[in-house]
Amino acid sequence: MSNYIINHLRELESEAIFVIREIAAQFENPVLLFSGGKDSILLTHLAKKAFFPAKIPFPLIHIDTGHNFPETIAFRDELVEKLGVTLIVGSVQEAIDKGRAKEETGADASRNSLQIVSLLDTLEEHKVDAAMGGARRDEEKARAKERFFSHRDEFGQWDPKNQRPELWNLFNGRKNYGEHFRVFPISNWTEMDVWEYIKLENIELPSLYFSHQRDCVVRDGVILANSEFITLKEGEAVETMTVRYRTCGDMPITGAVESTADDLDKIIEEIATTRTTERGGRADDKRAETAMEDRKKQGYF
Amino acid sequence: MDYQDIELLRFTTAGSVDDGKSTLIGRLLYDSKSIFQDQLDAVEASSKSKGFDYVDLSLLTDGLKSEREQGITIDVAYRYFATPKRKFIIADTPGHIQYTRNMVTGASTANLAIILVDARKGMLEQTHRHAFIASLLRIPHAIVCVNKMDLVDYSEEVYTNIVADFKAFSSKLDIKDIQFIPISALNGDNVVNRSENMDWYDGSTLMYHLETVHISSDHNLVDCRFPIQSVIRPHTLDYQDYRGFAGRIDGGIFKPGDKVKSLPSGFVTTIKTIELNGEEIAEAFAPMSVTMTLEDEIDNSRGDMIVRENNVPQIGQDLEVLVSWMSTTPMQARTKVVIKHTTNETVGMIKELKYKIDINTLHRIEGIDKVEMNDIARLSIRTAKPIFFDAYKKNRQTGSIIIIDEQTNETIGAGMII
Repeated sequence: MSNYIINHLRELESEAIFVIREIAAQFENPVLLFSGGKDSILLTHLAKKAFFPAKIPFPLIHIDTGHNFPETIAFRDELVEKLGVTLIVGSVQEAIDKGRAKEETGADASRNSLQIVSLLDTLEEHKVDAAMGGARRDEEKARAKERFFSHRDEFGQWDPKNQRPELWNLFNGRKNYGEHFRVFPISNWTEMDVWEYIKLENIELPSLYFSHQRDCVVRDGVILANSEFITLKEGEAVETMTVRYRTCGDMPITGAVESTADDLDKIIEEIATTRTTERGGRADDKRAETAMEDRKKQGYF
Repeated sequence: MDYQDIELLRFTTAGSVDDGKSTLIGRLLYDSKSIFQDQLDAVEASSKSKGFDYVDLSLLTDGLKSEREQGITIDVAYRYFATPKRKFIIADTPGHIQYTRNMVTGASTANLAIILVDARKGMLEQTHRHAFIASLLRIPHAIVCVNKMDLVDYSEEVYTNIVADFKAFSSKLDIKDIQFIPISALNGDNVVNRSENMDWYDGSTLMYHLETVHISSDHNLVDCRFPIQSVIRPHTLDYQDYRGFAGRIDGGIFKPGDKVKSLPSGFVTTIKTIELNGEEIAEAFAPMSVTMTLEDEIDNSRGDMIVRENNVPQIGQDLEVLVSWMSTTPMQARTKVVIKHTTNETVGMIKELKYKIDINTLHRIEGIDKVEMNDIARLSIRTAKPIFFDAYKKNRQTGSIIIIDEQTNETIGAGMII
């Protein structure tokens, strides 16, 4: 009987596909939140597998902060074309122009929390009742408490103390009018699982994830890409460094790591020996000990 | 290391303040190098600002603001670590009676339970509770860790007495495989490395057990059960007549060419292909997610189940269940509820409350008129349409239900079919 066991990557894959299929079956207007990062690329890959030979039966939503890496946008457009899925873009710039969101000022200004407004507006506009995302429990301590099916009230808020218990593989997606769900099919994956699976399945990624030369600014120990979105502080200088990204958010807040890992094997080896978490370079998490929980309660994913 | 070819083990830990659960988890994570420097730095800074003399590793698992403020675990926290042999998912749950529902939640997906006993205190009510929940949820393996051996001079006698007490109690339970290990989570004795202080113990370490416990027979490989999640119809020129049934296998081994029966229609046909992403699969078994195509055109839809012709589940509208009540609103007989079972959903009625179980003593409390939060009770449910089920004992997937409040849509109960 001992042959009837699947390895951990296939078990995680099977669990994620089950959850993605549940979303499609239980909701009327589900969407996939696509950030252009490796986790949402992985999620899109799993969605393709879940419904093949049919196309992915829901659109992708991308919240464009206007501060994206150009590589991310190019990759996104190519992927959407290849899969033949619908792409909906929610624009933070538009929200700012309409006066729905207010731009932060100062050298550390970020559009990270402004995304919440655009995200909630876009979900409402398209009457989305389930938005699935590539968040993982191992990423951050507030995310460790997330359910697969995470309920949001009519204001898009998360109530971490009053979450529905989730047992076996029975997911309760029932809701009242106006409420919606965030669903996280790859909750149980770790950073290492993601990379191993990307290798196993030969999934294409934006070039950002692999070692490259880039003009950078080091701020508070975080290596930031020099771009039009960043204002140099006194004493800061631009230098060319050999870097890669472990996560992929907005340009002004996503920290790079110095790395010469230019293929998947080297990246996996690097992660196996690294001593910091992948969000360790995220300036948005460093604002307070509970920065993520606070943003999630407001509707961040 | 060949990371790609390792198995996944899900285990649960339950514990209360001071029994060393957080220290044990911290030790497993730390010794398997799964704690990162920035996490450790954050926990160190946080411990220091709270005025602690030591690094409080529980701050690693307690993620919510209110948990960190109160210094308690409220909710189930999931932790991850891997060794060259296995990947582990820990469902870390609070151990106090008022969090029974969280323990039940964590236990529902676990292959193994770690039950902690303080060597100085021996068997306590909460040890009974944790063992009972492991048995109730039919976690196939349990490891009883007799912790804080350093505080009883690593005494063999203390350990042997606790093992005897536990065995006397657990003979009333139904756990297939129980192992006992004397440990000191604080000093690391028998956690990852063998203890030099207990030469009288010739068993293996906790980590060795976790890495080698035989889990391939944890899934039912005999009774074929395939609940249909959805029907895949591409509507493209290349796949004009394609009709695939998507789902996750809950039991048995399916192969192309197998004669199968579709429920509730009773129609018998043959499996044409089993596939995922266009790749054909020779044998599919739990917990694989696949797409099945059949030789005959059958009008199957979500909630239907594909089984073997000569091995069908029970089909009926009357369920006898043990339920763990999860809502602050007590349950009474004659309540209308929504029942979720596999991919099926139906309206149901709580017909009769039979008895509650005192989870500390395992005694039955008869003649009850309501069931309250954290109670474990036996009841009868009538469903509006027939469902296809097995006893929970036979299959944890096809034998479980959740009960949902029709008005609030909250999950209010978890049921195991007898």
